[in-house]
Amino acid sequence: MAELAQKPFPPGRYRLVVVGSGPGGLQLSYSLSRLGIDHAVLSDDPAPGGMFRRWPVFQRMLSWTKPFTGIERTSRGYERYDWNSLLSDDERHRAVMPALMDGTSYFPSRPEMQKGLEAFAERTGIRVRHGTRWESTRRDGEDFVLTTSDGEYRAPVVVFAVGVAQPYRPPTPGLEQVPHYGDFRPVETYKDRRVFIVGKQNSGFEIATGLLPWARQLVLASPSPTKLSINTRTLVGVRARYVQPYEDAALAGGVVILDTTIEEVMKDGAGFRVRTRDAGGRELTMAADDVIAATGFVTPLRDLPALGVATFGQSRLPAQTPFWESATVPGIFFAGTITQGAAGLKKHGIPSNSGAVQGYRYNARVLARHLAETKFGVFAPRERLDAAALVPYLLDQVSNGPELWHQRAYLARVINLDRDSGITNDGIVPLQYFLDSGGGDAVAATLESNGQGTPYPVVYLRKDGSVAEHALAPHPLLDFTGRDYQDELRALLEPVLSGAASPA
Amino acid sequence: MAVRDDVVNTIAAFSLFADLTGPQLEEVAHLFDESFFGQGERILRQGVSGSGFYVILEGTAGIRVDNVDRSTLKAGDYFGEISCLLGEVPVADIVAETPLRCLVLPAAQLEGFLTAHPRIMYRLLQGEARKLKNTTKWLS
Repeated sequence: MAELAQKPFPPGRYRLVVVGSGPGGLQLSYSLSRLGIDHAVLSDDPAPGGMFRRWPVFQRMLSWTKPFTGIERTSRGYERYDWNSLLSDDERHRAVMPALMDGTSYFPSRPEMQKGLEAFAERTGIRVRHGTRWESTRRDGEDFVLTTSDGEYRAPVVVFAVGVAQPYRPPTPGLEQVPHYGDFRPVETYKDRRVFIVGKQNSGFEIATGLLPWARQLVLASPSPTKLSINTRTLVGVRARYVQPYEDAALAGGVVILDTTIEEVMKDGAGFRVRTRDAGGRELTMAADDVIAATGFVTPLRDLPALGVATFGQSRLPAQTPFWESATVPGIFFAGTITQGAAGLKKHGIPSNSGAVQGYRYNARVLARHLAETKFGVFAPRERLDAAALVPYLLDQVSNGPELWHQRAYLARVINLDRDSGITNDGIVPLQYFLDSGGGDAVAATLESNGQGTPYPVVYLRKDGSVAEHALAPHPLLDFTGRDYQDELRALLEPVLSGAASPA
Repeated sequence: MAVRDDVVNTIAAFSLFADLTGPQLEEVAHLFDESFFGQGERILRQGVSGSGFYVILEGTAGIRVDNVDRSTLKAGDYFGEISCLLGEVPVADIVAETPLRCLVLPAAQLEGFLTAHPRIMYRLLQGEARKLKNTTKWLS
């Protein structure tokens, strides 16, 4: 009981409650604290780390932390190459990950990732009430009431950072009787067996890659053809790390990759029979010793849908505004990988990186400022910029700004060009909000990709209430600071700048 | 953002997909992504590049040109195909009038999708003919 008494955040009323202690919850809590916003953090887990306390199954991340980049690890620019460290305003707490990786891979191991998140939480003093399970939710006037294993919490604003980690199986007959990705057994128990994997996303290919030296036969099947990240030039598709089963299939090495529906999974003695059907209607039934459902995860929202939180897609993600608030229940916000439910513009069909740490860590920082300003009346100061510095500043941001590199066509650097108050740096803002909110003359700079060449800068100029889009040319070395870019951007901004007041 | 299991049943009733078999409907559901838009949210933005082809699953959306509302789209209707086919920016805003659930295909995939499914291309062409007829009536 003494230990329980020392837990922070006893049940009661708070102005803001955050649920979850994975990277999303930790980043949000850190960023809120930097702005002086009091809040409680609750987590069912015994320690920080979220899903990285368990997964990936084969114990290595899919996200880089490049040790050698020519950029100081304590600088903001290094974040572009370090996808796994959380963000700190204080240089001492930046780039936690590279310092604790053992150097055998630039993809950290799962234990290294967990250690990194624990180290960040400890060094920055993030307080979490661990071992407190959120069980149900109701409304009481302006407040949401969360019933937990430790008692009731009330708050007018609640942020859920609970991951997308509840195993999901589509309603295929018989699929309910097979293990999910999350139930994967020790790899040697698949020795010399025929393994049928339902699903051709990264989780399916991760398992297939791990089973290559063990399984006798591997079949991967799902209705649509697999995309590869090296072809989509985005994080959409199977990552290069897991392409080996593809080559084995192409070279007829005991791996079979099928574009079929799974009609039925039947028990057959100690094993299974799987009936498939392709788009032409042709059926094929295969025997397998093991069937694994690598069919994804859904969002563990518990009773939030009953409260009115709309969800969509196979992952049952909550529909969200550009600032990650439920599109249907104001006051409920999200952080972490759930923020992929705020799709943004998805230009050229390319999603944001909000599903991954390197993307959603920036969402959390933007959300912290948004909550501070809209719910707590705490305004972050906007730095003034000299007119002469504007063009080089924006070109430096599109060349080196980590937020823009990781969240292309999703987060933008916004500069207000107000006639009365002068040129001010509005910071990082969701691009969709900039385009749809209206407002005074301003410029938003982002990086974008169209799935073909390299990323290129795009500038959105808002003048007299209407927004015009200008794409700048790509550059083979991704350096947009040269004379041509300066001249083009200056010419674009000139008509607006001539109306903006010079700084006092 | 893959599509929900219930989508196949929904799109089976749409005229655009009226000629497809069960497995073909399932293939469509896997090829498209699902998107949700809150009431008042813009889906297409006049003059902004990079949009796609949308099929409405649930809800209604308004067509707005230069801030003037023109007409309403409902479940089974589609939009964005003109800018996809021409490779140009949309000439109208599409705004969710209610919470709106859609299927979406990026512009770059539309040609391959239509040529692989000639019956859908024919149904789409019928839809375009209907729009042209209405526009001609409206102009005359």
